[in-house]
Amino acid sequence: MRIENSSNDQNEEDNLSQQNLDSENFPKTIVITGNPNVGKSLIFNHLSGLYAEVSNFPGTTVSLLTGKYKNAQIIDTPGIYGVSSFNDEERVARDVILNADVIVNVVNAVNLERDLFLTLQLIEMGKKVSVMLNMIDEVKKKNILIDSKKLSELLGVEVFETSAIRKIGFENLDNAIRSARQGKSDKTLNSKLEELKNICNSQASSLLLLEGDKYFSDKFNYKGPDYREEIYINRRNKVKEILDSVETEGTKQGIFFSKLGRLCLNPITGIPILFFVLTIMYFFVGDFVAQRVVGFTENTIGKNYFEFYTKSFVAKFTDTLIDVKILGEDESILNQRVFNFPEGTNSNPNLWKDLRNYIHEKENQVDFHFTHPFPTFLFGEFGVITMTISYLLFLLLPLVLAFYLSLAFLEDSGYLPRLAALVDKTFTKVGLNGRAIIPIILGFGCVTMATITTRMLSTEREKSIVTALLQFVIPCSAQLAVIAVLLSTAGFKALVIYSTVILSVMIASSAILNKLVPGESPPLLLDLPPMRWPRISNVSKKTFYRTFGFMKEAAPWFFVGAAGIGILQLTNLLQFWHSALSPLTVNFLQLPKEASTAFVMGMIRRDFGAAGLFDMNLSIDQIVVALITITLFVPCIASFVIMLKERGIKQGMIIWSFAWIFAFLIGGIVSQILI
Amino acid sequence: MSFTLDKAAPGQNLVISFLPNGVIKSQLIRFGICEGERVRCMDRIFGGTVILQKNRLEIALGYDLAKSITVTNEN
Repeated sequence: MRIENSSNDQNEEDNLSQQNLDSENFPKTIVITGNPNVGKSLIFNHLSGLYAEVSNFPGTTVSLLTGKYKNAQIIDTPGIYGVSSFNDEERVARDVILNADVIVNVVNAVNLERDLFLTLQLIEMGKKVSVMLNMIDEVKKKNILIDSKKLSELLGVEVFETSAIRKIGFENLDNAIRSARQGKSDKTLNSKLEELKNICNSQASSLLLLEGDKYFSDKFNYKGPDYREEIYINRRNKVKEILDSVETEGTKQGIFFSKLGRLCLNPITGIPILFFVLTIMYFFVGDFVAQRVVGFTENTIGKNYFEFYTKSFVAKFTDTLIDVKILGEDESILNQRVFNFPEGTNSNPNLWKDLRNYIHEKENQVDFHFTHPFPTFLFGEFGVITMTISYLLFLLLPLVLAFYLSLAFLEDSGYLPRLAALVDKTFTKVGLNGRAIIPIILGFGCVTMATITTRMLSTEREKSIVTALLQFVIPCSAQLAVIAVLLSTAGFKALVIYSTVILSVMIASSAILNKLVPGESPPLLLDLPPMRWPRISNVSKKTFYRTFGFMKEAAPWFFVGAAGIGILQLTNLLQFWHSALSPLTVNFLQLPKEASTAFVMGMIRRDFGAAGLFDMNLSIDQIVVALITITLFVPCIASFVIMLKERGIKQGMIIWSFAWIFAFLIGGIVSQILI
Repeated sequence: MSFTLDKAAPGQNLVISFLPNGVIKSQLIRFGICEGERVRCMDRIFGGTVILQKNRLEIALGYDLAKSITVTNEN
């Protein structure tokens, strides 16, 4: 027994000393880096136990993800092709790479020729590196042979074979971190780097200085020659030499997906494929989710349960007037009664019982009117709590989920980069490149969500143009549904006029923005990943985390927006807007005075504005004018606040003011011509 | 005979003879598109976007970029 104890003690001591040794030797900062779409995030998830975005569209991991592995900090960088300061993603990655103790460089074994450029640069920077040769299963499928031992020998660092998607080789990750070391780099280059070390005292910074990186030249006030092209070409040649020694290729190809990829790029087949994809998306998001699912969540769960029970609870304690309508099958009012509770429903339980019996098992509409401003502010028609929660959970959540699901599916299949290539020329004409298609498509779902997605664009100029277009001309799905119903009652002529005006405004405003916003948009240079069938687990994880991220980021702003509207209502400023807009609405737009209410409501929620037009007795021409104005009119309060956050107050206010002016101006011109 | 990449026909094997200077050149070199390098024009799509193939890598280049790159036919 004693012997056993002593042996246990001995083991514990050994373990402890081993742990101490481990924590002394174990790196403090581990950075996972590699080209876009090589499986970095899966490796990060495995090590940190957290989820990071995993996508098949180059460049979607815009921000850094950090986690813990043992006692070390582990960082997942955006996908980069090299370390420098060419764009935001590289700048972000550059800084963490410079500070890393160990770099786990994930490379796509199928595209070694592309990926080894970064590997060699990391080695030349003098960083401690281990290489994860990922997608090794795909290499075998494609009949390519890679001699990883030889690769390790030539690079001078450890190379581990993995298939991140199948978690093959993950048992080597810990070893990869521990065995990371400096690799072999060119002697001539090394001697040049040595000379520069007295300027910036690190090999990594010296290399970037030698490569003419502007950030470092400015930082160290270095005016020496720029060897970037020479270094890049030498590095490329070295990649070629390495490939010649380590890779032998077969001929087998993924025939079906490679053919599909081609078809997506050819306009004759690509445009019908795009229409097919958009039609499927429309039926899924626009019809199934926006109509049926949201119809159920918003009306049944939101209004009949959440809002009714919340307001009923508040009504117990405060002066409340309850307007109850019993509706027929066609939603016409069959009967109406007003129940007055001057001291709250608690003080008159019989009347409350009477009300419950009155609505029991009947189609009904119950409106609570609180007399005091505070409960009105929190739980009234635009109550900060009731309206925001209803809006967020029962309208926006299903829509955002559906859109992110579609986007994740398209991304992971490799379709989106091909679509970006297909539409590039059209977008170039308005100062954008093909990548801008993503936020624009998302805008038809939710402008707020799309405004956040403009972050994926590489320049401020593109972000400004796309944000302005989203806020000005792109109607969100909630608004589209109301517009579609109103247009269908107005007939074909109305549809043609409406579409022509909106399309012309879209083209004209894009062209004007292209001229006005300074700078140039970068040309399209896009790596096209292979087409493949998306993995359901990845698509669903991505959808979940993106939706969660969006809700977490946007939700507080919806509350802020609702509070703003509540204050406007309480201070009668809403009434002021209403009165201020009335003459413009009546004289210039030639619409009834009540239409100004629709515009004011449009500031809160775009579909509220459009829906307000339902009850007015408008002529066909008036419907067209009203719809044009409300489409171009300022965005909903949530996207307005998000726009201010993304683009800054000055630019946001400019876009917002222009939307006001041009919505009325264009609507007015159409009205003067038509009516 | 040299010509600009936007005029390349799908299926044509090409040698890059000139790349525009600046950041875009460095980005192209990273993808292995260097002067003297062999590539294949996989497709030229609507509006002039060119799809190049370099071994297993497929890269889309916008029309303006393709116009600024000079290539020759591979012998």
